[in-house]
Amino acid sequence: MKVSTVPFNGTKEQEAKLLEVIKEHKGEKGALMPIMQAAQDIYGYLPYQVQKIISDETGIPIEKIYGVATFYAQFSMSPKGKYVVSVCLGTACYVKGSGNVLEEVEDCLGIKDGECTADGKFSIETCRCVGACGLAPVMIVDGDVYGKMTPDMVAGILAKYE
Amino acid sequence: MADIRVTIDNITVTVPEGTTLLDAAHKAGIEIPTLCYLRGINEIAACRICVCEVEGARALVAACVYPCTDGMVAHTNTPKLNDYRRKTLQLIISDHNMDCLACVRNNNCELQDLCERYGVTQSDYYAGKKNEFAIDESSASIVRDNNKCILCRRCVGACENYQSVAVIGANERGFDTYIGSAFGMNLADTSCVNCGQCISACPVGALHEQDAVKAVQAAINDPDKYVIVQPAPSVRAGLGEPFGIPMGVDVEGKMAAALRRLGFDKVFDTNFSADLTILEEATELIQRVTTGGTLPLITSCSPGWIKFCEHYFPDMIPNLSSCKSPQQMFGAVAKSYFAEKMGIDKEKIVCVSVMPCTAKKFEVGRDDQDANGVPDVDYSLTTRELARMIKEAGIDFANLADEGYDDPMGEGTGAAVIFGATGGVMEAALRTAVYKITGTDVPDDALDFVDVRGTEGIKEASYKVGDLDVNVAVASGLANARKLLEMVRSGEKNYTFIEIMACPGGCVNGGGQPIVPSSVKNFTDVRGLRAKALYNLDANNPKRRSHDNESVKKLYAEYLGEPGSEKAHHLLHTTYVERLVNQNEE
Repeated sequence: MKVSTVPFNGTKEQEAKLLEVIKEHKGEKGALMPIMQAAQDIYGYLPYQVQKIISDETGIPIEKIYGVATFYAQFSMSPKGKYVVSVCLGTACYVKGSGNVLEEVEDCLGIKDGECTADGKFSIETCRCVGACGLAPVMIVDGDVYGKMTPDMVAGILAKYE
Repeated sequence: MADIRVTIDNITVTVPEGTTLLDAAHKAGIEIPTLCYLRGINEIAACRICVCEVEGARALVAACVYPCTDGMVAHTNTPKLNDYRRKTLQLIISDHNMDCLACVRNNNCELQDLCERYGVTQSDYYAGKKNEFAIDESSASIVRDNNKCILCRRCVGACENYQSVAVIGANERGFDTYIGSAFGMNLADTSCVNCGQCISACPVGALHEQDAVKAVQAAINDPDKYVIVQPAPSVRAGLGEPFGIPMGVDVEGKMAAALRRLGFDKVFDTNFSADLTILEEATELIQRVTTGGTLPLITSCSPGWIKFCEHYFPDMIPNLSSCKSPQQMFGAVAKSYFAEKMGIDKEKIVCVSVMPCTAKKFEVGRDDQDANGVPDVDYSLTTRELARMIKEAGIDFANLADEGYDDPMGEGTGAAVIFGATGGVMEAALRTAVYKITGTDVPDDALDFVDVRGTEGIKEASYKVGDLDVNVAVASGLANARKLLEMVRSGEKNYTFIEIMACPGGCVNGGGQPIVPSSVKNFTDVRGLRAKALYNLDANNPKRRSHDNESVKKLYAEYLGEPGSEKAHHLLHTTYVERLVNQNEE
């Protein structure tokens, strides 16, 4: 699990919301998962600061929370960027070379799959089949779909979102 | 509960309903192999080494948690089972650092023993990817090498269930799983209290103490250094075990002889400074009681407990006795009183302690533990490290003739030696406090304060001392300490004096004691047996009250003045700091 280097920008409102959720679950057995899910809804991810609030408020050791956060794929420790770059690793895209496209995106942005750039602008994720196999390999940036991708197209496309 | 009859490998035994297959088999004289199972601490049936066949059951069962039923027929030793166990072992060693020869746990490794038992050799691994982990050496006490970790989670169970500290756990998933701390924090950056119960729980070499053997050997071999040694009470109750001496036999005399053969210039005894601690602490207790000081007074001998208090109960720091631990008092006196008496430069003295404890390694480096401008104690070894030194030196420990300890810091009373068992410090303090408060000694036949003895996690007692009602409590294991202190905090309980030891059962079961394999630990009262060795030493000591220690009396007469004097305060007392939990902000 990659832990983000993007500075934490949680607001007072978000914290109040989280504290409210924790209060609702007070004394409840098995409350950790719903609290963590709510926290991820509120903040978009589960950075140290958020896990610390959960730990301090519930008395659950932070290592336990971190263990759960790193076990389940549904939890992320990295925020989403302003622009989400999604590379399809479905079968068709993959055999057409989307692995190389992903590598090029990672090189261009200097981050790995699942991470967010330090300026908060781009994050990378991978997906399985977006239903556009005819265009394979496919990359999606901020909702815009780019088909028949080759690695040398990556830099130019990303530049449009600077 | 009703008794039931079960037949295991054609042997029929009667056991109470609910008994696990593992325990029923043990009763039938059959040792089912286990690896992840630690009674009461880690019962997660994860490793699958203990799988057995139960007639009529849908699948193989994990014997460690499987409850027997009346008339049940089980098989623990079939070709199919042993083949499964072999496969499981092969899978484990496929992602295990197999550099066994110089591993700290070579010949004392549960994985190695199982591989031997089932004929799995070093070349039986499945070729494929292997995890590579950086070794965490950040802690002053504990080293974690996950390349040897088999993910049994026994350390996790010990940290959480014995100690309620829970700074380690399983992170990530599948092949990426590793045992570590939140956000990849180094152990030193967490609220780990250095107790070392994780090391004692580890079946393999993934956890061990920060080794100070080489540094101590170098000091001994340096002609410019004057190296003195002090073994803690509990060391004599455990050191025999690595040399084949049965558990619970004290080896006080052999230990003195071995330390002398290792080349220490003086062989002293921490029992001396344990008695000294009692004089200071009893004085402090009486002062607090008579002047309206902060009560309950809580003992401060256990550095694991101290750090726990600083992290989790910072509001109770004023309750902690300001007395240094016996280890530190010893060093402070050695580098002042002893140095001056002998005319030796304190800078030349190297003070080595041997402790049943890993937290003592952290304690020597704490602030305000250098009363003479030099560290009170230079190196703290565990009982295990001393055993390794004795083995390396080729000393035939089991056959050594008994020797005594050197003057002027080698004398200890029966009150001092029981420091190693939970309740022992309390008992020793009571023996002296009664004398100090009433002016009359507890009669010889009433010196055993039995209410505070025994291995229960929390003990309570009330005593009438003169006109005073003294309510005391004793807790060992930090989960028990937490429970007790929460009751004190809420006002539910009121005590005058509390003894807390970090390790369950006290120092005899400390994280620096010889490793006891789970096959023994799961069926043996380790704490009780080792504690018995100490209580026997106490019973057989002609002096059983700390204030009767002639060497300590002499120290006060010649050097310190009275207990609690300014000089005593300067040398023998210390301060504490508030610490955060989950602190690693940046």
